[in-house]
Amino acid sequence: MELYSLTPFDLALAAGLVLALGLVQVLLGLGLFRTLALNSVRMVLQLILVGVILEAVFDAATLPWIALIALVMMALAGYEVVARQKRAIRGWHGYGIGLAAMSATALIVTVLALTFVIETDPWYTPQYAIPLLGMILGNTMTGIGLALNNLTQTAWQSRREIEARLVLGHSVREATAELRSDSMRAGLIPTLNMLAAAGVISLPGMMTGQILAGTPPIEAVKYQILIIFLITAATGFGSLVAVQLGARRLFDARDRLRLDRLRSGR
Amino acid sequence: MLFEVKDLCGPNVPPVSFALDAGEVLPVRGDSGVGKSQMLRTLADLSPHEGEISLEGVQQQSMSATDWRRQVALVPAESGWWADTVAEHFPSRPLEAWWERLRLRAALWDSPVERLSSGERQRLAVLRALALEPRVLLLDEPTANLDRDNAEAMAGLLLDYLRDHGAGAVWISHDPREVDAHGDRWLEITSEGGVLHGAV
Repeated sequence: MELYSLTPFDLALAAGLVLALGLVQVLLGLGLFRTLALNSVRMVLQLILVGVILEAVFDAATLPWIALIALVMMALAGYEVVARQKRAIRGWHGYGIGLAAMSATALIVTVLALTFVIETDPWYTPQYAIPLLGMILGNTMTGIGLALNNLTQTAWQSRREIEARLVLGHSVREATAELRSDSMRAGLIPTLNMLAAAGVISLPGMMTGQILAGTPPIEAVKYQILIIFLITAATGFGSLVAVQLGARRLFDARDRLRLDRLRSGR
Repeated sequence: MLFEVKDLCGPNVPPVSFALDAGEVLPVRGDSGVGKSQMLRTLADLSPHEGEISLEGVQQQSMSATDWRRQVALVPAESGWWADTVAEHFPSRPLEAWWERLRLRAALWDSPVERLSSGERQRLAVLRALALEPRVLLLDEPTANLDRDNAEAMAGLLLDYLRDHGAGAVWISHDPREVDAHGDRWLEITSEGGVLHGAV
């Protein structure tokens, strides 16, 4: 089966549906039309840009170029992690914790998968490396963002409970045990949902894409299983690293709870 | 000297110096919002501050924060409860005699924190701190939510503890009768700083 190439008319038809949605919202006075339109345009531009860049990178396929793309993806993901938190940790620490957690997991998991599992030649073959990193990074970013958001929000709300333990001579480790395990759980919830829903409630995007492109379903399924395992590992370890680093940053060297290191709530 | 505070100051804490002998209570008074509670927090090393604080000659900053807080125990005005039942907040069951003196029902030990009255919480928070056998108690209006009989029972227990253990207390109180009963010196906190009143 050949991949059917979409024409601009096909895309315009799909866009027409979103336009119809926008019009209904205007009629109902919901006031979401602007946001919907802006974000739709933004999505189209971003994807076209990515398409152009990927074409170029696939042609060049040199390690420095691919490393640069990976770096930009990581930097943007690091920014998103901070942007999604109501009371993110202030300054470079807040950004750095998310970035460190993602580098330590998403990047390593991707490289391991490329070198030991898929064994592409060279290992950084962009057709594999970039989509793989993208999928793992996207999920890890969501997980880490949720975990850190839970950590900072809960610490803010349970200041009295945490300090009640500190004044009784409990260590930071003891005083934050529950906070840390709850935050890690929060980071893993989307992944756990994905594991439960995969194939039954939702057909994963990558698998769908491969099947559309003519791959036999069972081959597509094998890749999907691989990806889901990689995502789960990267998200779980990523949340773990982020929560440990973040929890430490909530306290200073004298084990004082330093909520002044969090941004004020938005 | 049991407890010495020299040139303490910090964000929202006016400059203050004082010293405390074994068995002594230093009442603290001052307008609300002037920084009395914030001062107690710095004494427990719970907020950043400057100045020198020492316990029996040992500097606060040379001791681990956890060791310091076990010996210089803060009882905040509003107590925090992190677990479901009362018992989970105590390392071990406190002395039966203390429990009875504060007129707490025996059944409270296993009951959920949620069901406690504010007065019961306050009394249990003091017992929780006493269970550590601290050398210095930092008390932020420990009798604020108690009726007169219970407040007297609380003050009596605290004074007995200080005498029996040779411990000291820095005691914020809005009740002048309660404060006057405890000693001849008291510390006034103003926005310019701390002023010691009474016999030197």
